[in-house]
Amino acid sequence: MDRISAGRLLKWIRFDPWLVLGLLAVSGIGLVVLYSAGQRSLDLVIGQSIRLGLGFAILLTLAQIPPHYFRFWSPWIYLVGILLLLAVMVAGDVSKGARRWLDLGVLRFQPSEIMKLAVPMMMAWFFANKPLPPRLSHLLAGAFITALPFILIAQQPDLGTGLVVGFAGGIALFLAGLSWIVMFILAGLLATVIPLFWTFVMHDYQRQRVLTFLNPESDPLGTGYHIIQSKIAIGSGGIYGKGWLNGTQSHLDFLPEGSTDFIFAAFSEEFGLVGGCVLLVLYFFIIARCLYMATRGADTYGRLLSGSLTLIFFLYAFVNSGMVSGLLPVVGLPLPLFSYGGTSLVTIMAGFGMLMSVYSHRRTPTR
Amino acid sequence: MKWWRSAAKPPIDKLLVREKDNSAESELFFRRVLITICAVFLALLAVSGRLVYLQVLHHEQFTLLSDSNRVRLLPLPPARGFIYDRNGVLLAENLTSYHLEVTPEQAKDLEAVLAAIRERITLTDADIDRFRKLARRTPPYNATPLRFQLTDDEIARLAIDLYRLPGVEIKADLTRHYPLGERGVHIVGYVGRIDEAELRKLDPGQYSGSTHIGKTGVERSYEDVLHGRAGYEQVETNAEGRPVRVLSRTPPVSGKNIYLSVDMRLQVVAEEALEGHNGAIVAMDPSNGEILALASQPIYDPNPFVNGIDSGSFRKLNTSKNRPLLNRALRGVYPPGSTIKPLMALAGLEYGVVNRNTGVFCAGVYRLPGGGRKFHDWKRSGHGSVNMDRALAQSCDVYFYDLALNLGIDRVHEFLSRFSMGRPTGIDLYGEKGALLPSREWKRKFQKQDWFGGDSLSAGIGQGLFLATPLQLAYSTAVISQRGDNYAPRILHATQETGTRGTVLTPPRTLPPITLKNPRYWDAVISGMIHVVEGGTAHKSRSANYRMAGKTGTAQVFTLGQNQRYNAKRLAKHLLDHALFVAFAPVEKPRIAVAVIAENGGGGSATAAPLARKVMDAYLLDKYDPAMIAGIKPDPDTQRDGSN
Repeated sequence: MDRISAGRLLKWIRFDPWLVLGLLAVSGIGLVVLYSAGQRSLDLVIGQSIRLGLGFAILLTLAQIPPHYFRFWSPWIYLVGILLLLAVMVAGDVSKGARRWLDLGVLRFQPSEIMKLAVPMMMAWFFANKPLPPRLSHLLAGAFITALPFILIAQQPDLGTGLVVGFAGGIALFLAGLSWIVMFILAGLLATVIPLFWTFVMHDYQRQRVLTFLNPESDPLGTGYHIIQSKIAIGSGGIYGKGWLNGTQSHLDFLPEGSTDFIFAAFSEEFGLVGGCVLLVLYFFIIARCLYMATRGADTYGRLLSGSLTLIFFLYAFVNSGMVSGLLPVVGLPLPLFSYGGTSLVTIMAGFGMLMSVYSHRRTPTR
Repeated sequence: MKWWRSAAKPPIDKLLVREKDNSAESELFFRRVLITICAVFLALLAVSGRLVYLQVLHHEQFTLLSDSNRVRLLPLPPARGFIYDRNGVLLAENLTSYHLEVTPEQAKDLEAVLAAIRERITLTDADIDRFRKLARRTPPYNATPLRFQLTDDEIARLAIDLYRLPGVEIKADLTRHYPLGERGVHIVGYVGRIDEAELRKLDPGQYSGSTHIGKTGVERSYEDVLHGRAGYEQVETNAEGRPVRVLSRTPPVSGKNIYLSVDMRLQVVAEEALEGHNGAIVAMDPSNGEILALASQPIYDPNPFVNGIDSGSFRKLNTSKNRPLLNRALRGVYPPGSTIKPLMALAGLEYGVVNRNTGVFCAGVYRLPGGGRKFHDWKRSGHGSVNMDRALAQSCDVYFYDLALNLGIDRVHEFLSRFSMGRPTGIDLYGEKGALLPSREWKRKFQKQDWFGGDSLSAGIGQGLFLATPLQLAYSTAVISQRGDNYAPRILHATQETGTRGTVLTPPRTLPPITLKNPRYWDAVISGMIHVVEGGTAHKSRSANYRMAGKTGTAQVFTLGQNQRYNAKRLAKHLLDHALFVAFAPVEKPRIAVAVIAENGGGGSATAAPLARKVMDAYLLDKYDPAMIAGIKPDPDTQRDGSN
């Protein structure tokens, strides 16, 4: 090859331009908002740009790897993840009342983060060679694959990550063809389990979060303060917003966590309903594109993995925007590609990378 | 083929191979994805619906909340107007002072902080008591003053360590100061910290930034003039309540300066004259009602009251039997005694009961017709044959017993009411009393008794139930001197916008004149009053430089038994008679009317008249003892224009 033109390079690199465009658009807006929400701190923006760059690099790298490698490694990654979770249980670091961190000397990380990818991979791997819709014994096995890490994470306690892991497993079951009858039975079962769960499993602070969600004004100086201030920020933004850098709630520190979990409120305050809807449309576009890409997967492994990963992304976006606007309880999930912070960004980008790999290798089955 | 329909269960490995149908599974997946995408759409629609709810439907409510979050109105208190006497002598000013404030909430360990402050500057128990009292009344996030009037040395010592004392701040403010101290305290009054009861009544818009309010005297009566208009600063605050920037500013308008009608030099003369007595001297200009001096002894220093007097000092002032806090000129009520006789004489003439030549024989005792109780004249031997002129000059009681009985209490009440007896004169000072002009109704209502002839006799010489304030006596004397022209007493001479030299004079408050059937009745009574001074009871107080008309009075503090004699030497001081004197001068064109009362002073002619003479000499002859009025000079900085 004498010359490598940009066009040929782009053709050679496997990636989906639509999805990358969508992700770039959201992250771009995110950086602009972060500058304002972070009190005009360029350091914050630069740090986030570096993470985004790293994220895109991971995305593009993974997109080049044929999905059968992921399939091969799926059970091992899952197994290592489970072992690390058990290690956390025994020797994890406690911070803010929760045992979530594992300190490996050079690296300090949350193994639960791995499970956000490992559970969809494992589920896809498990159902890949089973006939679908799955039979009951397979369903139970799948449920176990999901329930094990879910319980390990939930007892740390880390409700947010537990929710993501459980949701990922559940959505994999649904996409695998879980019959409606089973779903109704499960729904009925859930209705009986939730009260028990409420009474015996949930921690006080988690219960308090739910109660505060139901009536934030009941505790305006404590847990309710976040939601009240967040609602004020969004509501005072109006249709067109207060304008970039003009958000008073975020700039005057009334909005807590304005550049991380509550960045959507800071965004809505400055860009109003119009901005909020544009962002939601972008998220919908990304999710819809991903789901389309998932349907084009060559086999069950690729399709299930892509579908579950997409819906993890959706869960983040939905739970965060719902939480910030007072529609859902306060669960510490960041707004993907928007909130300042690294770990979940890397996980999400890795997910998109695998998804793109499945799509770009759609003519090569994983078997 | 659907696996759950197969009758026989094939072995698992066969099933895997046979039943795995990629295109069917792909179709199934596609259907599920369609459902999922609908669910995603609905979920995101729900969020955008929530956004519409917050940002469109409830936008105004949240805007309000957002603004009330961030926008605070900081009140800017106005500077209080100064008080001057009529010549520009400064009586009340504002001094910059530094005080120490502690915000209990920020202090965390309040006791430790107080102890730390105590190590550095003097902090009395009284300071701490007051601080705790104030702190209890305000929310813990508000700063509460701990020490006032910090010296430069104390500020320096605190300033170094201020960063180590959370919630402690040194604040500059304007403190009210009365440079002449106790002089004229009963006129000027003082300001003090706003208390809870006042807080409820005050307009928060005007007072939220103010800490002080007029408590007595002119400070209280002219609070609305002196206070000024509060300004505001709209500030944006952050979540900690710290101001970040100023959005708008409405500057305060300082209170107006006040010029009192009082001549402070004359005031000092009056206060000095009364020295050693409890009592009051009121001097006014009869031609316009302006109060020239309004002395009440004892006097006290108002300055400690400004930032809260300590309870020990206050108790001493409040429980002293000399009652220094009582403004006797307005609120002291005394039997007017013989000083009421000119008014009684006028009443007799007006109702035709006597004329100026009607004669009465005074044998030193008077009996009510039909026998009964004896009423003595102050002169046991009697005055012999007296007409009105002589009765006034010699203060013959028998003449006025007879006159009062013939007039009857109803007519006495009616006539004396016209001279503001029994009701406030309407002076522009807070707290004036109406005292008591007795009447049939009053006695029935409050003493559940009928009116007897003896009551009329007592009233006729200003005794018995009859009570009057020194101000009422001065005022009625002024009206007599003007032959019925009538001006309400007032203390406000002029007002002045701060920063300007021009003043706005207060016009005299003219009251409807008192007209008699014959204007010469005035002359008859004034003639009698002249003879009081010229050959009468007050002849020792006669001046060679001007002619004075007056009336002495000696008011009994306790009632003698029927056959007892008054013997000053045998009575305790507090049972001695009150000495009174009313007068005006010069008789040709009266410029000053004076009422003097010296409690337990003995006789009016001996004790009270010379005091009035001192005041009149000073005012009419412009003769002041330089030593006495040292320091009472017009303020050079804030002079007003020469022409009043």
